[in-house]
Amino acid sequence: MSATGTATTRDPVRGHVWLDAYRKMTLIRLFEEQANDLYRSAKMPGLTHLYIGEEAVAVGVCSALRRDDWITSTHRGHGHCLAKGAEVGRMFAELLGKEAGYCRGKGGSMHIADHENGNLGANAIVGGSTGIATGAALSAKRRGTDEVAVCFFGEGALGQGLLYEVMNMASLWELPVVYVCENNLYNEYTHYLDVTAGDVLARPRAFGIESREVDGQDVRAVHAQTAELVARARAGGGPAFLLCNTYRYHGHHVGDVDRAYYRSKDEEELWRGSRDPLQRLGTWLEEQKLASPEDLKRLEDEARAEIEGGLAFALDAPFPDPSQVTEDVFA
Amino acid sequence: MPELSFAQAVNAALAEELRRDESVFVVGEDVAEAGTPFKVLAGLVEEFGPERVLDSPISEAGITGLGVGAAMTGMRPVVDIMFGDFLTLVMDQLANQAAKAHYMSGGRLKVPLTLRTTMGATRRSAAQHSQSLQAWVAHVPGLKVALPATPADAKGLLKTAIRDDNPVVVIEDKMDYAVKGEVPDDDDFTIPFGVAEVKRAGEDVTVVATSSMVRVALAAAEQLEADGISAEVLDPRTLSPLDERALVRSAEKTGRAIVVDEGHRRYGVTAELAAVIADGAFYSLDAPVKRLGALDVPIPFSPPLEDVTVPTAEVVAQTARELCRK
Repeated sequence: MSATGTATTRDPVRGHVWLDAYRKMTLIRLFEEQANDLYRSAKMPGLTHLYIGEEAVAVGVCSALRRDDWITSTHRGHGHCLAKGAEVGRMFAELLGKEAGYCRGKGGSMHIADHENGNLGANAIVGGSTGIATGAALSAKRRGTDEVAVCFFGEGALGQGLLYEVMNMASLWELPVVYVCENNLYNEYTHYLDVTAGDVLARPRAFGIESREVDGQDVRAVHAQTAELVARARAGGGPAFLLCNTYRYHGHHVGDVDRAYYRSKDEEELWRGSRDPLQRLGTWLEEQKLASPEDLKRLEDEARAEIEGGLAFALDAPFPDPSQVTEDVFA
Repeated sequence: MPELSFAQAVNAALAEELRRDESVFVVGEDVAEAGTPFKVLAGLVEEFGPERVLDSPISEAGITGLGVGAAMTGMRPVVDIMFGDFLTLVMDQLANQAAKAHYMSGGRLKVPLTLRTTMGATRRSAAQHSQSLQAWVAHVPGLKVALPATPADAKGLLKTAIRDDNPVVVIEDKMDYAVKGEVPDDDDFTIPFGVAEVKRAGEDVTVVATSSMVRVALAAAEQLEADGISAEVLDPRTLSPLDERALVRSAEKTGRAIVVDEGHRRYGVTAELAAVIADGAFYSLDAPVKRLGALDVPIPFSPPLEDVTVPTAEVVAQTARELCRK
């Protein structure tokens, strides 16, 4: 408890929030590194898309949400899932196709849903969940709650018409939804500027939606902006759009290793070296004397132990019996 | 039992379910004051207000996606897609999202969504307002598909759809809206899915017909009676789930079967229904199973062209005569 103990000497609330964020971001990074290893060692079937480099977005946004708020996620969704409260062990189990996984092994990396924590699922159709998040916001309003829905999507979804259909309705009907655009610069293997005309923020603004831009590598800034937009939506102020500028350290998917044809090593080094969200938060925590290097090390060790425990659980867990293939088609 | 038109039966089903369950709402283009171009929803907004009978922009994919998200979080939306041809616009939200969410999540998410839409040619509406696309949706695991053919079925199947915890596509024939019939006025009148109904009993040939083609099959049966052929008209009422046993049993009894659906013949609903009968009743059949559907052409505009595009009572009766060698 010395991590929080150190914080207590300054500002317990602030200290707790950012130490928690540091631990969660570390957990996501370690989870993804482990997922990469599982895939490369052929223990994990299928394909996966790593969130490494973008951790501050998921954690900054979800730390501003309540458990009963909703999110929808993307094919690059492990970070959102963990940030909204999912368990590491059941997530690894899902990645491995085990029955103990969140989806009983039927969804895999791109489809983890965790209804109890408000996660309406990752989605393998780019922009495919924008309607679902908007519908959850409509439902929140109709049911007379003050729940808010957050729709995570990459800048690739800016090319999908569905986004504009639902932003129009969200604005018309003042729905409590925050559209969080994670701009990691690349639509798969193509720079977004090659395929995106005009000013991104002018698009939601055209619908009268409150639209902001934030440094997606700064978890405190992401949290602060989200907290404002969520509070506004909760109070009936309507939808918002938050553009988070971030970077994907790895390829589009784990097999995308030769990337020189679409982005330079220098660019990757620039983001990893000087804009890393974990390093930035760690440095700030130390500067503010909210944590010592030992405190951060302890948080990292805790996260590592959680990953190892969850991985062991998942590796030991049984595969589903083939007879389960016909279960869950209908409720 | 009161007599209602098909449209009034749909309206009554929606009104009863809106009254019964606060989580039910209707969303679609021109559903409120306009009551849809077919006037099927007339009067609902006056009773339930614009929040529960919600006029939307012309955004079929958007409102379907909205419906999926609302359904996952405690509501029971009824999404109105004016013309079945516009199913093409909602396909991702229907086939990739609504149909798969329950399975992909290992049973954790539920999507109690009803999508009402229409089908049917012979309204001189040409190729983009006349299709019968039930085969497209019936092909997708995770979707239930209902095709009411009478006012009573329209009411009972729609009420079952709204109460079902799964996504259900209810497809109504536009030409049926004015047709009248007896409809139970019991608030809890529902029709279970997967239960076919014998619309007319017969001995010599089974005509399995869906939606608009039930009317056609019944007219054909009248013609056949004059020729001394007793035709049984069997309506599956839902394509998914499908009452396979009823199809097989009827074909076993008569020894001959014709399957007729207004969708295109190629790879259509009739192919599946005929295969079920051929497989299950093979040793009782005296003749091959015959299939009748729309010609494999886009639905044309000009009346003489359109009229030969979809099966008629005369074509069904002639096919039956050939099967019965009379």
